[in-house]
Amino acid sequence: MKTRILGIVALVAVAAMVLIALFVVPADLNQGDAQRIMYPHVASAWLAYLSFGVTALAGIGWLWKRDIRFDAVALAAAEIGVVFTAFAIWGGMMWGDPVWGVMWQWEDPRLTTTALLLALYVGYLLLRRLTDDPERRATRAAIVGIVAAVDIPIVHFSVEWWRGLHQTATIGSPDRVLNPAAPMVFVGTLIGMVGAFTLAWAYLIIRRYQLARLDVERDEAARIERLMSARTAEVAR
Amino acid sequence: MTGLRREASLALAIARKDALAELRGRSAAVSTLFFAAVVLLLFGFALGPDTQRLADAAPGLLWLALVFAGVLAVDRLHLLETDDGALEQLALYPITRRAIYAGKAIGGFVVMLVLGVVVLGAVGILFAVDVAAALLPLLVTVVLGAVGIAAVGTFYAGVTVRLRAREVMLPLLMLPVLAPLLLGAVKATSAALAGDPFGELGAWLQLLVAFDVIMVVAGAATYGYLLED
Repeated sequence: MKTRILGIVALVAVAAMVLIALFVVPADLNQGDAQRIMYPHVASAWLAYLSFGVTALAGIGWLWKRDIRFDAVALAAAEIGVVFTAFAIWGGMMWGDPVWGVMWQWEDPRLTTTALLLALYVGYLLLRRLTDDPERRATRAAIVGIVAAVDIPIVHFSVEWWRGLHQTATIGSPDRVLNPAAPMVFVGTLIGMVGAFTLAWAYLIIRRYQLARLDVERDEAARIERLMSARTAEVAR
Repeated sequence: MTGLRREASLALAIARKDALAELRGRSAAVSTLFFAAVVLLLFGFALGPDTQRLADAAPGLLWLALVFAGVLAVDRLHLLETDDGALEQLALYPITRRAIYAGKAIGGFVVMLVLGVVVLGAVGILFAVDVAAALLPLLVTVVLGAVGIAAVGTFYAGVTVRLRAREVMLPLLMLPVLAPLLLGAVKATSAALAGDPFGELGAWLQLLVAFDVIMVVAGAATYGYLLED
């Protein structure tokens, strides 16, 4: 019930922020309406990184405490994280097309890092599907999630250097939204959108976690049933 | 100190065992080397016959060939252990898991080093690049790249060795993680070949060192959990 209330609040918040971002906030002087993409884009990028941080921490939790619920958290965060990552990349391309003139900018460390993020965590989810034993799956997933999280800062750093050492022009950095010179109404809208998206994220994570727990319970019940029927067959003989 | 020394000698013993098996069977090194050669030839067909274009692309092609061949090399080294439950036996010995990881990684490093030197020579010949002029920085780059590929590869080979879809999952998991290494090694190689006009070679080598250290530590710290299940 509490989760449902959270879901309704999140839905209302996201809808309200979408309307504000589309119709209430004035368009950016340089980028025009395209700049409105930044609100959901930045929000989903932040949640993508948050998700994979949660996946890594839950992995550490599993290795440390051996409580299978940690693994359900890791799975939920990774799956929801992949959705937000894909959405962030899509938004980035939609924004890059009118502002940069190209959909893909190799020198933008955020875009390239996020693309690798998607590859890393799709791999993580595929790996999970290939292991049937729950504990073995949790262990493998945990260490792969940890190593992937370790790799992300190096990727970001190396792409930043890739650009920096070459002294190429820095094109329309998305950070300009948070520039102190930016009008407060832009900053406020961005913060509102991040808040609304985070609520939606929390709702999705909780639901996915509950589903993962039900999955485990069902598997366990099926296993017990198999044992019972095998036993009954034996007794009947 | 003696504990560390013991671990190091155990790691070397595992690496020696792999090297011995490799020398007698010669399955991994030869097939991996030929794979790298075929990849280079195909790059030539894909981008040639313009010699200048191939020379410009040579650093990228060198490292792509090495990274792809690295996937095969670490996979072969771990497959050695799946015969007759050898990995389980290895895990039962009273030695630290770190030592097992280090041993497998050293074996991978030696294979990658040999591969790197040979492929570097092949790139010099096939793509008309003057390798000899910048031999020292190129060899340093190859050594650092070999450490990184072996460290990451050994870890992921351990993750995937008992999976059904091993041959798909290993490159899928390993290659994105190697992206910073690829970037740094290609940049260092181009800088070295150009005579380092902007003085950026050192910075890229530092990036490779940082990548290697972080990945060796991460691999050594987590690999042991794989042997538990």
